[in-house]
Amino acid sequence: MDKFIYLDHAATTATRPEVVEAMLPYFTDKFGNPSSVYGFSNQSKEAIADARKIIGESLNTDPANIYFTAGGSESDNWALKETARTYANKGKHIITTKIEHHAILHTCEFLEKEGYEVTYVGVDENGIVKMDELKNAIRPDTILISVMFANNEIGSIQPIKEIGAIAKEKGILFHTDAVQAYGQIPIDVEEMNIDMLSASGHKLNGPKGVGFLYIRKGIKIRNLVHGGGQERARRAGTENVPGIVGLGKAVEIAVNTMKEREAYEMELRDYLIERVMAEIPYTRLNGHRTKRLPNNANFSFQFIEGESLLIMLDMAGICGSSGSACTSGSLDPSHVLLAIGLPHEIAHGSLRLTLGHENTKEDIDYVIDNLKRIVERLRNMSPLYEDFIRASKR
Amino acid sequence: MYSEKVMDHFQNPRNVGEIENASGVGTVGNAKCGDIMRIYFDIDDNQVIQDVKFKTFGCGAAVATSSMATELVKGKTIYEALEVTNKAVMDALDGLPPVKVHCSLLAEEAIHAALWDYAEKNGIVIEGLEKPKSDIGEHEEEEEY
Repeated sequence: MDKFIYLDHAATTATRPEVVEAMLPYFTDKFGNPSSVYGFSNQSKEAIADARKIIGESLNTDPANIYFTAGGSESDNWALKETARTYANKGKHIITTKIEHHAILHTCEFLEKEGYEVTYVGVDENGIVKMDELKNAIRPDTILISVMFANNEIGSIQPIKEIGAIAKEKGILFHTDAVQAYGQIPIDVEEMNIDMLSASGHKLNGPKGVGFLYIRKGIKIRNLVHGGGQERARRAGTENVPGIVGLGKAVEIAVNTMKEREAYEMELRDYLIERVMAEIPYTRLNGHRTKRLPNNANFSFQFIEGESLLIMLDMAGICGSSGSACTSGSLDPSHVLLAIGLPHEIAHGSLRLTLGHENTKEDIDYVIDNLKRIVERLRNMSPLYEDFIRASKR
Repeated sequence: MYSEKVMDHFQNPRNVGEIENASGVGTVGNAKCGDIMRIYFDIDDNQVIQDVKFKTFGCGAAVATSSMATELVKGKTIYEALEVTNKAVMDALDGLPPVKVHCSLLAEEAIHAALWDYAEKNGIVIEGLEKPKSDIGEHEEEEEY
């Protein structure tokens, strides 16, 4: 099978050739340690400063507030654990949502074992956080609110500005996991009152193994890694210079192409959603129809199971992902799909397709043709479908 | 992740379908966990399984184990079918990943459930056959959304 259509950009993306090109000299020629004194190392130091500047500007903040990490999960861990430890005297209550990435949820579970209390706010049927529930969860001992910018499975974009305003009014720190949103949609940490923000390089056509945490000036959360003076001693360790350079380049391109990519991917996404909903019966669109990431489509096909669907799509050269239990190694389907109120068996039959700038309308047509064929085939094999057809004949 | 045999049985499942007025039908599993198997038997007067069909809602391994289970029992007597264990199904498929072993258990249970239904319909006792653990079949209500 020569066909290869990659529709899993929320999982990871290809590093752009321009990004790789920008990185390469920092492996071989410009390998100096940024902390060294001699002139040779200055170019490494400058390259990091340049990347930091690009990223600071992309968020409308001082570059000094950007701290490079090894990726989104590390940034999330840092923001949550060290905020909790630093502000434990003020309170031990944290508010987050039921649809966060596991980098947040599992860190919260860890903190619960350490004696912190966490409130997991619910979402509506479209996957948008319930604001009244969030407001009611605030207590005098609440020290942190952490809400993802956009959901990784169903793409729902959260009312971040509104939450930022509430957090500011109540004097509570506000962190957002923007791993899926950063580089896809505009983010202004000043306008949105964001105190901390996590992002990752490989979701925006940058390299894997690099990301950052933005920390608003004046927030004294504890250092993540103790050691040398790198990242102003908050995250010690010799910098991943090629990775940081690659991240900077990827962000630069992402910012410069955001408008056109957004328009292009939204058009493709809407075409995909409209055709699937019109041509495949007993299908549900998961997530908000419009308040969703430009590249995200997530469907539930009733009566079939996601892993079977993924394997058959793979055989047709199509890469997607599913919230089915079988793809997670547990018996429970995606916590996000359960949080929006889907019954288990419908959550098992979910498919996430996330687009990239290199996808074409022809790709989407090919995917839809195959999807129709595969869903029909799996339904004809499904006892749930058999029961449904029998019941409807009665 | 899967052996070639599993992939073969997933891509080209044997004996998919239904049998009208089947001698025995067994449905096992749970939609909540993401696996439901239904096996139909056509059993003749000599207690030989003349025909067998299946339908499965589940992952690749669930489909493949159902398919292999039907191959292993076709043409066998009900007592021979009773001897088909989950291990036999797994071995015939050249193994399953550890997280998918429960699929083979489901296949064994589905055979037992269909035999149980056959025994009940004919008022006979199949020695060594225990009442299947789960037969949700048509008792479970359809969930609407």
